Amino acid sequence: MPFALLRYGLRRAHRPFDDIPPTPPLRQSYDVAIIGGGGHGLAAAYYLSHHHGIRSVAVLEKGYLAGGNTARNTTTIRSNYLTQASIRFYREAVSLFGTMSQDLGFNVMFSQRGQLTLAHSEATMRSFHLRAEMGKHAGTGVEVVDARTVRELCPHLNMDEGGQHEVLGGLWHKDGGTARHDAVAWGYAKRAAEKGVEIHQRTTVTAIRSQGDRVTEIVTDRGTIRAGQVLQAAGGLNGQIAELAGFPLPIRCFPLQAMVTQPLKPFLHTLVSSANLHTYLVQSSRGEIVIGGGSDPYQLASTRSTFDQKEALAQGALHLFPFLHNVRLLRQWAGITDMTPDYSPIMGASPLANYWLDAGWGTWGFKATPVAGKYMAETIATGRVPDIIAPFALDRFDRFALLNEMGATAASH
Amino acid sequence: MKRLTCPMNGPRDITEFQYLGPLRSTRAEDPSAVTRHLFYAGNPIGPLVEWWRHRPSNTVFLAERHTGTDRIIRTWLPDGSETQNA
Repeated sequence: MPFALLRYGLRRAHRPFDDIPPTPPLRQSYDVAIIGGGGHGLAAAYYLSHHHGIRSVAVLEKGYLAGGNTARNTTTIRSNYLTQASIRFYREAVSLFGTMSQDLGFNVMFSQRGQLTLAHSEATMRSFHLRAEMGKHAGTGVEVVDARTVRELCPHLNMDEGGQHEVLGGLWHKDGGTARHDAVAWGYAKRAAEKGVEIHQRTTVTAIRSQGDRVTEIVTDRGTIRAGQVLQAAGGLNGQIAELAGFPLPIRCFPLQAMVTQPLKPFLHTLVSSANLHTYLVQSSRGEIVIGGGSDPYQLASTRSTFDQKEALAQGALHLFPFLHNVRLLRQWAGITDMTPDYSPIMGASPLANYWLDAGWGTWGFKATPVAGKYMAETIATGRVPDIIAPFALDRFDRFALLNEMGATAASH
Repeated sequence: MKRLTCPMNGPRDITEFQYLGPLRSTRAEDPSAVTRHLFYAGNPIGPLVEWWRHRPSNTVFLAERHTGTDRIIRTWLPDGSETQNA
């Protein structure tokens, strides 16, 4: 790759190239139809076409490519979860990000600079010890650190000594990082399209027809297609799409709001997060401070932003870094998070034999983009659910085999 | 600031209220109904009937709200068993 770049740079005549081809007309039938052209759906298309030789794939996207939650998350990549099943899964996600730019020949700007979660109480410290031990057992880089180490890792942080939110210590996750969310989706789309995957933007699925326990046809506003296998990866609309397929999902939707400031000189090397203040911050490679993530307190399907959420986020950010008080906000947005009862995703089989789920990604979906795509592709190609994603099956709610990850995030829920 | 009308106290700032989630009905003797009650709540893009609590007065009541527009359609006090309130 570096040599290709060098060659391109030294060439006199620069030919422009299209990363992602325009939307072609819909064919009548495909081996695989993927509902949702976000990171997850595109990653699955990439793995199907590159690793399993399945090239007759249509990705159906209602809006534009990766314009939903792939564009609206806060790009945190980490594996400091609590249950063994989750840690194993997200650990592979982090390692796939490590080689993604090379694998795709597309710079996703993965920056593995560590994530620091702050404890403002003894109770939080105790829960961090549990998470650290569970993480070490599963082989992820996570440890509890004291206040002094926190100050060394993040010298600009307000330790609030003697105050209400005094920093007593933290959970230091050195494997944590961030990447450019758009590039992840574009990279997968580009490489999948090279192998013949068709990406249909502005194509809304309006009905899903089935016979017995098999999906036969997918009706869109641009025509009807037949598909051998179907993958649902529709982000905030997962509940509605599953309803079209004829079954309910244990999902409730809440908007998650975030914002970015104007670019500043680099001062914040690590990702900093505080569950007590419901705030996390990361400085992007452009210098902007990304501040997340406040969930609206009640169910909503609208991506409007509210002043009170912005105020709460700003309050948390100013508490941690008071010198940000004159900094201006550049952009703010909301994404619809499809929350599950146990804060873990739903992957694998559905009540229909040839219809597969990659849903319930709530506030934790971006980091899982490569690993979910990899194993959903394997599931579709082989018809068998791999071990690593088996614990995330939809039927875990009937078996009361929940994977509780409620404490493993700083978003306010 | 958004306001919600408490059936006991009239229109109040929405930050005074606690959201208790969509109305669900259950029958303890039917296991699948219990699973539904615990994990499968209503998630429409449209009108949704849900429980709210006014914190200062501890008034628990029902509200119908449109989840697409966030417009509150009506609020009322529950009366009788759970299934009669929908």
